[in-house]
Order: sequence, then structure tokens, then C-alpha cells
Amino acid sequence: MAAPVLDVAGLRFAWPGSSQDCLRIEALRVQASESVFLYGPSGCGKSTLLSLMAGVLQPREGHVTLLGQDWAGMRAGRRDQHRVDHVGYIFQQFNLLPYLSMIDNTMAPCRFSPPRAQAATLRSGSVRAAAQFWLTGMGLSARDWNRSVRDLSVGQQQRVAAARALIGDPALVIADEPTSALDEDRRNSFLDLLLSSCRASGSALVFVSHDQRIAQRFDRQLQLAQINHADTAMESEP
Amino acid sequence: MIRFLCTLAWHSAWNRRFTLALTVLSIALSTFMLLGTERLRADLRGSFTSALSGTDLIVGARTGSVQLLLYSVFRIGAATNNVRWSSVQAITEQRGVAWVIPLSLGDSHRGFPVLGTNEDYFGLFHYGNRQALQLREGRPFSDLFEAVIGSEVATRLGYRVGDRITLAHGGGELALNDHADKPFVVSGILKATGTPVDRTVHISLQAMEALHVDWFAGAPLPGARISADQARTMDLQPKTVTALLVGLHNRAAVFSVQRSINGFKDEPLMAILPGVALDELWDVIGAGEKALLLMSGLVALVSMAGLASVVLASLGERRRELAVLRAVGASPKSLFFLLTVEGVMVTVCGIALGVLGLATATLTLGPWLQSTYGLTVQVGQPTPLQGILLLGLLACGWLASLYPGWRAYRLSLADGLSPRS
Repeated sequence: MAAPVLDVAGLRFAWPGSSQDCLRIEALRVQASESVFLYGPSGCGKSTLLSLMAGVLQPREGHVTLLGQDWAGMRAGRRDQHRVDHVGYIFQQFNLLPYLSMIDNTMAPCRFSPPRAQAATLRSGSVRAAAQFWLTGMGLSARDWNRSVRDLSVGQQQRVAAARALIGDPALVIADEPTSALDEDRRNSFLDLLLSSCRASGSALVFVSHDQRIAQRFDRQLQLAQINHADTAMESEP
Repeated sequence: MIRFLCTLAWHSAWNRRFTLALTVLSIALSTFMLLGTERLRADLRGSFTSALSGTDLIVGARTGSVQLLLYSVFRIGAATNNVRWSSVQAITEQRGVAWVIPLSLGDSHRGFPVLGTNEDYFGLFHYGNRQALQLREGRPFSDLFEAVIGSEVATRLGYRVGDRITLAHGGGELALNDHADKPFVVSGILKATGTPVDRTVHISLQAMEALHVDWFAGAPLPGARISADQARTMDLQPKTVTALLVGLHNRAAVFSVQRSINGFKDEPLMAILPGVALDELWDVIGAGEKALLLMSGLVALVSMAGLASVVLASLGERRRELAVLRAVGASPKSLFFLLTVEGVMVTVCGIALGVLGLATATLTLGPWLQSTYGLTVQVGQPTPLQGILLLGLLACGWLASLYPGWRAYRLSLADGLSPRS
């Protein structure tokens, strides 16, 4: 088997000021192009785990490795660069910069990351063309591309966020309950687009939700409570 | 990437333009207040110290040096004693003395002081930065009953060259005590100087003497009226003057000349250095300056606090935005750059607006200040303290805009990647 995109080993995490670990995960691997559904009730540490995967938080013990590089072994600046080069991120809501147009929001990661800009150019000829490619892929019509994202519906905003996460083919796409603000129809069409797009770009997808109805659409389902061996996970997250 | 960050900063700022406009306005007001009070303070002192220039010594009867300065230069108060004409001649002939301007005070015209002097006054008297007096209209007095008036006298009383005026004895308190029998003709009007000269009516020493030939001990001699025409035929050599302005060939000799005048044998005299006396006087009335300076400080404090609070109020607005930027890949360095660009731009805009406002206000209100308070307000020529205040404002504005950014950045880290709210 090829080297995993994401490798979590012997992870122990406690919030500052807390004496008890809220996350203890012995092993978690995500392969390229794999889609993982991570679920559990609210407040069980899902978002914390995502922040650890993205290198925003550092574990007390153990390793989180993205593309063979341990987050803990990097300096803060290097970590930021590694993150923007290889991780695309979709939030629950408030994803976009309200003062930029749809297409400028989509291109933003390429402005901060030369490798992503390169990958985008390689795929589509230019960064702008890549942005248009992914926006089209998300079913957003060309006449809206230059509109301010302020005027968009929540569903449209989430699709722009997805296009932004996918541009430049990052190795890992992390989605933190991106469908919670969508109704069922929009949720399903959003999932269709996201899953097919990740497959198209070869990106691994870690998708967090507490909505188990969509779990079957992913390659793998993980319940956080089962992989997390910390007893006090529920109460220690602030 | 710098270009992208600048675009980003611009769009972000435009997105919050109303809050930012408030900030810019608050900075502009601060700048206006700070520089305005400092300008007034400097100009107050300036118009004070520019009253006399190029004069090495002021000589008068023995009294306090501040008092001598007050009545000889600022026409405030009165002399306790006069200087004999023989002493004036002795001082003129003293070694090292280049010129002497005699000053004879005591009369007034409708509240404006009358100064008896000679023609040298118009060539040798200097004010401000070694500027000589200049005539706006007419010529210096040549006939006995001619007067040259300062610009403010002319403006306030509406006098023109050729007008006839009547002088009053003393401060003009008693209608009886006037010199209506010997009217004067305005022969010239001086250009504005921003000094006490503007409020002075100048006549010759001989005219001053002629006014008083039929007077004794401060009142007209009963039954001894001498008409103006009769006065012309008399010997009008003045017997006393109030004070002297003395210029030296060589400034280095100032202390030896001062010493010799202070030890003058025939009558008790004193010589003072105008600069020293001005400083002494400023020490007395400088409390006003200190109050203005304190005001400037308080204004600075309040306006900078206001600036910080306006910026801090927008913290909530920016928290989410900075978190999204972090997630998209902006490094802390980029965020720092964004906030700095905005902070500096906003502060610079505010300061520019404030400076512009102050210049406009100075240009509009300048003539009014000059005519009402005799205060000349400069438009250009910033003072060193103004420069320091501007830099302080700039630094303060920048820091105030950086602090919420730093907080937002800390929050975005503490939030993980998703802002909670």
C-alpha cells in the first residue's frame, strides 16, 4: 500500500489548562483519493481533531503527519506554508471573504501558495481557468462568477468554499460540517459535487458531520467515540 | 503576493468604509486640535518675541527691567521717571554706540498710544526677523503737526492719509485734557507688523514738546494758551524722553556699554538687553503657554483614546475575516502586513485631512484673529513639536489598529480553524 496522505499515531491531546486528555487516538490513516466520514455527537472533539490534522493545534504526545511531514517538527511559518500548500478547508459557515467576488474567493489559496497555483495552472492552463473549472464543477453558472459573494445563498456560498478548497488539487480536503446549513436537496447535490470533485483531483477527503444519513456515501465511516480512547472527551473541550 | 495583499486590504477597507470613515474623521479632529493648539501656542510666543529686533539695549530711568520693557516696547503702564536730553546726547556719543532712537510716551489717541520719536525710527527700528518698518501709504512725518499711524489704528478708526486727528493727554480719560488746539494730519500709514507698532500713533519729538509748551505738571497753564502757529516759532528741543533704543557697532560690546550706562553719573539710568527682558517677561506670563501645552497633551490623550476605541469596536467585525484568511493560507506575516497597511493608510488619511482642515481654518480665520486679538497665525512653518506630535499620532494610530488585529489573530488560533460565533 502506498504511503498514506495523513497519518495519526499515538496522539494525545489536552486543551491548555486541562489536566486530562480529550483525545487519545492510537492510529488513523487516510489514503490518497479516500473519502472518510467522521461522525459523533456535538462536542466530542471532532473539530479539535480536524485542527490537529491541519496542524493548527499540536498534540501533547504522538504524531500527526501530512504527506510524510510531521506538523510538530515544523516551525510556525513552515507549518502555515505546508497547510496552504496541501490542505483545503471548508467550514460550517462564514467561509468566504465577503468583499471579494466569487472567482476571487476561489483563487485566494493560489495567491498564498505557489505549489497550488502551479498545480492549478497545470490542470487548467491558468489559475483563473482552474477557478472557473471548479466553480463550473460545483454547478455555479458563469454569470455569477464576478458577483460579490454577499448576494449568494448559503448553499451557493458552500459550493464556492468547496471550489476554493479544491483548487490546486490539495492532497487533503477537510470539511467541517459543511452541510449543516443546507436543506436535504441542496445537501445531496452538494455532496455529489464534492465527492466527485475530490475523486477528480485525487484529494483525500475527511468529512465531519453528526448527520449519519449521509455516511454511506463515503468510502469509510469512523465514529470518533470508537477511535478515541480518552474517557473525558465530552467534558474537557471548552 | 504583495499586490494581492494590497488589493485585499483595499477591498476589506472598502467593505468597512463607514466605520473607517469615522476613524479617519476622529483622527482628523485629533490632528486638528493638537496642531491647532500647538500652532496658537507657538504664534502667541512668536508675536510676543517679534515685537523688537536688532536693538541691543533699551535705556530708561532706573526701574525694573520687565517694567522698562513693558512701557517702552509694549506701551503697557507708564514710566516713573524720564531721561534727560543731555543724557541722551551723552549716550549717543559713547564709544561703541551706533545709533539711538529716543522714545517719548504718555499721550494717546482714542485709546491708542502716541509715541514721540525722530525720523531715524522709520529706518532703524526693526521687528520680527530684522524687518524694517514699511509705509503702506504716504510718507514719514516732516511737518511739525504730522503723524504716522500704525495699520491697526488706521483700520479700526478708518483713517486715511490727510485726515486730521486730535491727540489726548495721558490715557484720554478727561475730555478736558486734550490737545484739540493743536490738531495733527496723518502723513503716512505703516504696513501691518503684528507688533505694538500697529497700535501706535507716531509723531516727532518736537511735536510732542509743542503739545506741552503751555502745560505744567500735567495740566494746561491757565491763561497761557499758546496756539499751534505760535508753537512753531518756539524752541522745541525736548528736555526729556521716556526711553531709548540703542544699537551698537559691535554686539560684543553690549555688556561694557550696559555697565557704563548703569553707572551713569548725571542721573540714575538703567540699560537692559531686550532678549533677556523678553525671556523674563515670558516667564511671568508663560503660565498661559504652559496651560496651552497641557491642553495639547490632554487633547492628544483623549483623541488617541477615542481612536483606539473606534478601532477596537470593529474587532468583532474583523475576527471572522481574519480567521477565514488564516484558513485560506494567509500567514501571520501577511495578516500583520494587511493590518499595518490599513492602519497606516487610515492614520495618514486622517492626519492629512486634519492638516488640510487646519490650513483652511487658519486661512479663513487668520484675518479675524489678527484684527481681533492681534495674533498672527502662520499657515506654513511647522514647529518641531508639531512634527513630534504628528509622528506620535501616526505611531498611535498604527498601534491602535494593530492591537485588535493581534487579538483577532490570537483568537483565530484559539478558535482552531473555525471561528465560533
